[in-house]
Amino acid sequence: MAALARLQARLSGLREEYFRRNRSIDEDRKIEYKAAVKIQSWFRGCRVRAYLRYLTKMVIFIQKWWRGYRSRRYFRKMVETAYFIMKMNFYNEMAVRIQKRWRGYYVRKYIHNYYALKKYLEAISVNNDIVRNELQKYAEMKENEEKRKDLEKKDKEKRYQARKMHYLLSTEQIAGIYNSPFRKSPDPMELLLRKSKPLSHRRQQTKSPFAYELCDWPTCRRPPTFSTAQPLPPIGRQKPQGPFRDSAEVLRQRYKPLEPTLRVAASISSPLEKAREEMKREGWRNCIHDNEFLPFSSYHKNEKYDPSIHRSEKYGQETYGIKHFREVQPKKWVADKDFQTVLPSIVLFEKFGKTYSRTGQIV
Amino acid sequence: NSGVMSLLRPLLLDVVPTIQQTAALALGRLANYNDDLAEAVVKGDILPQLVCSLSEQNRFYKKAAAFVLRAVGKHSPQLAQAIVQCGALEMLVICLEDFDPGVKEAASWAIGYIARHNSELSQAVVDAGAVPLLVLCIQEPEIALKRIAASTLSDISKHSPELAQTVVDAGAIAHLAQMILNPDAKLKRQVLSALSQIAKHSVDLAELVVEAEIFPVVLTCLKDSDEYVKKNGATLIREIAKHTPELSQLIVNAGGVAAVIDCIGSCRGTVRLPGIMVLGYVAAHSENLSMAVIVSKGIPPLCACLIEEHEDHIKAAAAWALGQVGRHTPEHARAVAVANVLPTLLAMYVDTRSSEDLQMKASIFVTKKALKNILQKCTYLPALEPLLHDAPPNIMKHIIGQFSKVLPHDSKARRLFVTTGGLKKVQEIKAESGSLLQEYINTINNCYPEEIVR
Repeated sequence: MAALARLQARLSGLREEYFRRNRSIDEDRKIEYKAAVKIQSWFRGCRVRAYLRYLTKMVIFIQKWWRGYRSRRYFRKMVETAYFIMKMNFYNEMAVRIQKRWRGYYVRKYIHNYYALKKYLEAISVNNDIVRNELQKYAEMKENEEKRKDLEKKDKEKRYQARKMHYLLSTEQIAGIYNSPFRKSPDPMELLLRKSKPLSHRRQQTKSPFAYELCDWPTCRRPPTFSTAQPLPPIGRQKPQGPFRDSAEVLRQRYKPLEPTLRVAASISSPLEKAREEMKREGWRNCIHDNEFLPFSSYHKNEKYDPSIHRSEKYGQETYGIKHFREVQPKKWVADKDFQTVLPSIVLFEKFGKTYSRTGQIV
Repeated sequence: NSGVMSLLRPLLLDVVPTIQQTAALALGRLANYNDDLAEAVVKGDILPQLVCSLSEQNRFYKKAAAFVLRAVGKHSPQLAQAIVQCGALEMLVICLEDFDPGVKEAASWAIGYIARHNSELSQAVVDAGAVPLLVLCIQEPEIALKRIAASTLSDISKHSPELAQTVVDAGAIAHLAQMILNPDAKLKRQVLSALSQIAKHSVDLAELVVEAEIFPVVLTCLKDSDEYVKKNGATLIREIAKHTPELSQLIVNAGGVAAVIDCIGSCRGTVRLPGIMVLGYVAAHSENLSMAVIVSKGIPPLCACLIEEHEDHIKAAAAWALGQVGRHTPEHARAVAVANVLPTLLAMYVDTRSSEDLQMKASIFVTKKALKNILQKCTYLPALEPLLHDAPPNIMKHIIGQFSKVLPHDSKARRLFVTTGGLKKVQEIKAESGSLLQEYINTINNCYPEEIVR
C-alpha cells in the first residue's frame, strides 16, 4: 500500500507529467513527423534516384552496344566499297595497259604501217624507173624505126632514079657525068648506075599494089598472108614438044587430093580391138578390190565378233561422274536463294586471290 | 543565090547514074561550105529525094549522098534534126552494112557529125541501130574506116552514161583496147578519145575500161611523137583516176604516174593540162597516193608548169594540183615548200587579185584555196619566211599562225627568226586586238624576252 499511496501522491504530478509529456510529445510529434517524412522522402528519393541511375546505366549499355554494332556494320560497308573501288581501279589500269599496247600494235600494223608504206613507196620508185626505162626504149625504138623507114625510102628512090637514068652510065670512050676524069674516084651515083639493071618500060606500068604491101610489112599494118591454097599451074607456058600429056592434066593428077577408102580412113584398130579395149577399161573401172579370188561365205564363221563400245558396257548411268566431282542438284534445294547470315560474310574477301570476280553485286 | 538548088534538084533524078552522082557531089560541096547553103539544101526538099532511092543505088551514089548528109549535119543541131526527121538515119545504117569500105566510111562520118551535137540526136542514132554496125566497122582492116568509126563512137558516148553503156554493151571496149597498139597516130587519137568519153561517166564504166587491160599499154601512148595522142592518153588516164582511190591506186601501181610526169615534162601548152589534172586527182584521194606522187618526183614539173605557162587555166590547174599534193600532212607540205614554189603561188594570187577580169575569178579561188591548204600544214619555216614580206592579210593570218605553232618549241628556229628580220616584220603588222591574228602575234612575242621584242 505504500506503493499505492506513493503512486497516488505522485498521481497529480503524474498527471501533470503525463500531460506534460504528452504535450511535449505532441509538440514534438509534428516536428518528428515532419522529420520522419523528410527522412523518408529523402530516402525514397535516393532509392528512386538509385533506380534511375541503374536504369540509365543499363540504357546506356544497350545503346552503346547497339551503336557499336551499327557503326561496325557501316564500317564494313565502307571497307567493302573502298576495296571494290581499289580493285576496279587496278583492273582499269591493267585494262588500259593492255588496250594501249593492243591499239598501238593494231594501228602500227594495219592502219598506218610505216614500214609497209616505206616499202611501198620504194617499190613505186623502182617500178617508175622500170616504166621510164621501158618507155624510153620504146621511144628510141620508134625513132629508129622512123629513121630506118626514111633511109629505106630514100634508098629506094635513089635506086629507082638510077635505074631510070641508066643511060648516063659512062662508057669506054665517053665519061659519064658522074665519072668526071678530074675526080679521083667515080661518084657514088656512078657506082649505083653500074650496079643497077636498066628499067624496062613494061615494068613501069605495074604500079604499086605490091609496093603498098612492102611498106606495110615493117609496120605490120597487115600481117603477111602466106597462101596456103594450092599453087595454080602457070598459064601461057609453051607446051613441051613430044609425046607428053597436057600439062594441065598432069598437074591435076599430081595435085589431086587424096580420097581414101573407108577401110583406110577408119582407124587402125579394128572393131575387135576396140571392143577388147573397151572391156578392159570397163573392168578397170568396175574393179572394187584387188582380191580376185574371194573365199567362200563360210570363211567368216569362225571369226570372233567385236562389239562396239556402246554394246560392250552395261546399261545405266556411270557412277564415275557423281562421286568424284561436285554436282549441283537444284531440285533438292530447300529454298531458291542462298541462306542469309545476319551479317553477310564479305564475299570479296573470300575471293581474294582468285581469278574471277563477281563484279557488280556489291555496289 | 542564083537558084542553083532548084537546078540541081531534078538532076538527082536523072537517068544517067554519073549525073546523079555528080549532082549529089556538087550539093555536098555547097552545103559543106556554108551554114546558109546547108539550110537552103534542107529547105529545098532535097534530102527526102536523096534518101528515098538510096538502097538500090551503086556505091558512088551512096558515098556522095552520105557526103551531102554529113555536110548538112555538121553545122548545127537544128539541121541535124532535120536530117533525122526525113528518115536519113535508117538509110545511113543501111549504108553501114554495105560491102564497100568507102561507103561505110562516108556513112559513119555522117552519123558521127549528127551525133556530135547533143544527146537527143545521139539517142536517135542509137535507136536506129547504128552502134553494133559501128563496132563491126572498127574491126575492118582499112585504117580510115577504123578512124571514123572510132570517132563516131566517141561522139555518141560523150553525152550521157546511158549512151556510153549502150556502146559498151555492143562490145566496143575490147576492140578499142586492141587498137591502142596500132601504129597509126590519128587512129590512136580517136581510140583514146573514145575510151576516155566512155570512162568519164561513172565508176563502173571506168572499171570496165580498165578491165580491158589497157594498162600498161596506154603508157606507151604517152611517149608517142604525136602531141594529140599524148593529150588524149593523158585525158583517158585522168578520166579513170578521178573516180575512186582504188582506180588511182591501180594507175600508180602500173607506173602511170611516172609516165604522166615525163609526158608533162616533154610537152608545152594545152597538151599538158590533162596530165596536170591526173596528178591532182591522184594526190587528192589519199595521203599515201599523194606521197607516191611526191616520191615519183612529181613536184618539179608542176612548178615548171606554174612558172613557164602563160595560159591562165593551165596555171590554175597546176596550182590546184600542188594544193592537192601538199594539203595532207606537214610532210607533204614540206615537200611542196622545199621546191620553192610558195612565192610563185603567192605572186600569182596577188597578181590575179589585182586584175578584175571575170575569167580570173576561178583561178583566184583555186590559187587561194591551194595556198591556204598548203600553208595550214606547212611547218618548214625557211620557206615561210619570204612570204612574210608581201602577203595580203588573209594569207598573212595563216603564215603567222604557223609561226606561232612552231616557234614556241624550237629554239634554233627562234634564233633564225630574229636574225632574218622576221620578228621585226611581225611587229610591223597591225591587227585588231582580240582577232586571231593578234593572238598569234602575242604567242610569238611571248617566246622572246622583252628587250628583243621592243
